[in-house]
Amino acid sequence: MSHLTDLPTWAAVVVCGLVLLGSAIALIGSLGLLRLPDFYTRLHAPTLATSGGVILICTASIVCFAVLQSRWVFHEVLIIVFVIMTTPVTLMLLGQAALYRDRVEERRGVPMKQKPLPEQTPEETKE
Amino acid sequence: MRTWFPYPLLSVGLLLIWLLLNQSVAPGTIVMGTILSIALGWVTLKLHPVHSHPRRFLRTLRFSASVVLDVVRSNIAVALVILRVGRRAPNSGFLTVDLDLEDENALALLACIMTATPGTAWLEYDRGRKSLLFHVLDMENEEVWLQTVKRYEAGLKEMFG
Repeated sequence: MSHLTDLPTWAAVVVCGLVLLGSAIALIGSLGLLRLPDFYTRLHAPTLATSGGVILICTASIVCFAVLQSRWVFHEVLIIVFVIMTTPVTLMLLGQAALYRDRVEERRGVPMKQKPLPEQTPEETKE
Repeated sequence: MRTWFPYPLLSVGLLLIWLLLNQSVAPGTIVMGTILSIALGWVTLKLHPVHSHPRRFLRTLRFSASVVLDVVRSNIAVALVILRVGRRAPNSGFLTVDLDLEDENALALLACIMTATPGTAWLEYDRGRKSLLFHVLDMENEEVWLQTVKRYEAGLKEMFG
């Protein structure tokens, strides 16, 4: 890691700031998993790490290696894009599973499934 | 044209990803990327995805900017809620909103946006009623959340026509 000392001071400050802020956000997100009271609120905590944390740390990486190699570095953007595109799949699956479980157990405070609309004849649906 | 490039936007996007992954714009990389993106376009055709035509790219840019701003704002808000949870329990809750989006891809994008922004979690979409059930971490003002979703919906409707 000795080549990191080649980083000029202004870049080092920027990179440090971004990395620290990003990891702080990720830490708060994980803390949320521990401290929030129920499953649905806990569902919100990891999105802190996957949005703010990933964006800040990847930006820090872009700045760091762009300055070190004195050229434009963009491929970290792909990490941001893929993480943001794939986390909703997991979170939605978890959320729906929890909703399904709570409805089966008839837990209080969980919205019940709405009754399906009355059967419509094909002419009506077509309008 | 359509037979060769069934999904021009997808192919261009794939080529861009390929170039970024290889970190080069050498002719060889571009040729390989072009071949791959066209071939994957044909493969996608076999999957029969729902076709939609995003339009008005300037609007798209403005919409993405507002989404990024919302992500930053909700990051801060949710971080504060988590840090204060010992002193003040978050009054989270479920909200239902009626959506008017027909396009499947627009709905998918809305789900991505709402899940990516901390503070809102997409739970269930009822196709029959076209109503969406979502969970909000800090429900200080119900109206604001409903308006936010409505704003996204309006933006997506403009984009997907």
